[in-house]
Amino acid sequence: MNLTLLIVVILTAIALVGVALGVARIVSPRSFNRQKGEAYECGIPTRGRSWMQFKAGYYLFAILFLMFDVEAVFLFPWAVTVQDAGIDGLLNILFFMVILILGLAYAWKKGALEWK
Amino acid sequence: MFDFAVVTEWVDAMLCRLLPESWVTTTEFVLVGICLLIAYAVMALGLIYAERKVCAFFQCRLGPNRVGPYGIIQTVTDMIKMLIKEIIEINHVDRFLFNLAPYIVIIASLLAFSCIPFAKGLEIIDFNVGIFFLIAASSIGIVGILLAGWASNNKFSLIGAMRSGAQMISYELSIGLSILTMVVLTGSMQLSTIVESQADGWFIFKGHLPAFVAFVIYLIAGTAETNRGPFDLPEAESELTAGYHTEYSGMHFGFFYVAEFVNMFIVAAVATTLFWGGWMPLHIPGWEAFNRIMDYIPSIFWFLGKSAVMVFIIMWFKWTFPRLRIDQLLTLEWKYLLPINLCNLFLMVFVVVFKLHF
Repeated sequence: MNLTLLIVVILTAIALVGVALGVARIVSPRSFNRQKGEAYECGIPTRGRSWMQFKAGYYLFAILFLMFDVEAVFLFPWAVTVQDAGIDGLLNILFFMVILILGLAYAWKKGALEWK
Repeated sequence: MFDFAVVTEWVDAMLCRLLPESWVTTTEFVLVGICLLIAYAVMALGLIYAERKVCAFFQCRLGPNRVGPYGIIQTVTDMIKMLIKEIIEINHVDRFLFNLAPYIVIIASLLAFSCIPFAKGLEIIDFNVGIFFLIAASSIGIVGILLAGWASNNKFSLIGAMRSGAQMISYELSIGLSILTMVVLTGSMQLSTIVESQADGWFIFKGHLPAFVAFVIYLIAGTAETNRGPFDLPEAESELTAGYHTEYSGMHFGFFYVAEFVNMFIVAAVATTLFWGGWMPLHIPGWEAFNRIMDYIPSIFWFLGKSAVMVFIIMWFKWTFPRLRIDQLLTLEWKYLLPINLCNLFLMVFVVVFKLHF
């Protein structure tokens, strides 16, 4: 039932965007102008392409994010059963967490968290 | 307390009498879709109106007050205006991705919206991993924003999208960990169970110190996640025109705009559900008459009222703090919120394991 509803919600979202864009395309006026196709950048014709090499700093944070996000995925099943797992579970998860925190500390010390 | 399951069962019974069996389910699904769309649209319009009014009062202006009483119809007319604007596609865009981006953004926000328990029996999707699903669904929106910026073939859009991506994934960690802290306390990820287990006290009181710290972190991270307030540098208008949606026009832009406002509501609603008792009325142990009166207020008003307070706080942020730089933003997340959050998680685990909570 929930999965069917999930599909219903996704279809609703697609229908919302599709229908509204369809209506907008029908009722909206259209005019043709060569300048209209230019990218919106300060009024001067844009130089070069926009699909180019980009600052690597973002990439570094994406990798760090990946590490901690996967960690969070592993922690959720444990979080639900904390009360049953008790101190044993806590010690086990502590071991897992300490490794990750060491990773963060290493990244911090290496200066990966600085924005240069 | 009024249970909305009564209404849905009545509709179901009536449809069973009127229609052959194979049509009943289909009709119900269509009805669910229509109700969802109406709720979504009304929520978005209400929030845009509220934002404009609140922002006006913070700046000692009146805000919209000409169209309709107190300017209520202003946002509706604005939406119609947006619908009849031309949709421009500039040269050399990646057409497929450019058109795909609004779909992804809307799907993400509608999926998250449909998980929220508005009142007793008034929620659409109720997974047993509800809160986890909600985080997962809302983070799909980042893909839409990155696609929008990448496909626009505009340097402002690309920089805006990259900033947005870095900001949203960073702060998603804080959201995830502060929710994780609360899941440790609740022992369940199903949203309806989470709300019902707060009948004898909201989690922010039950979990005292760690819950409060988690709430503050959640609110900061939630504001950043929706690209609002002091964290709105993906669309910092003084440097990037409009960030990732610079090249979008008309209804195309409208979807990003609507999704942004509804995402703000979703953040507020999750904060309400996890920390402030969801649709549960305020009960003070021992005050029987007071509790009885509070029970008479319908649950949906409790939920919307609490969410409205949260939304107001998020709007308040925007007019109180100056915008952060990208390095300050990442420093705040990685050097302050994340370590505090991990310590807070352990504090909460100790509280739960040694039964120090109420």
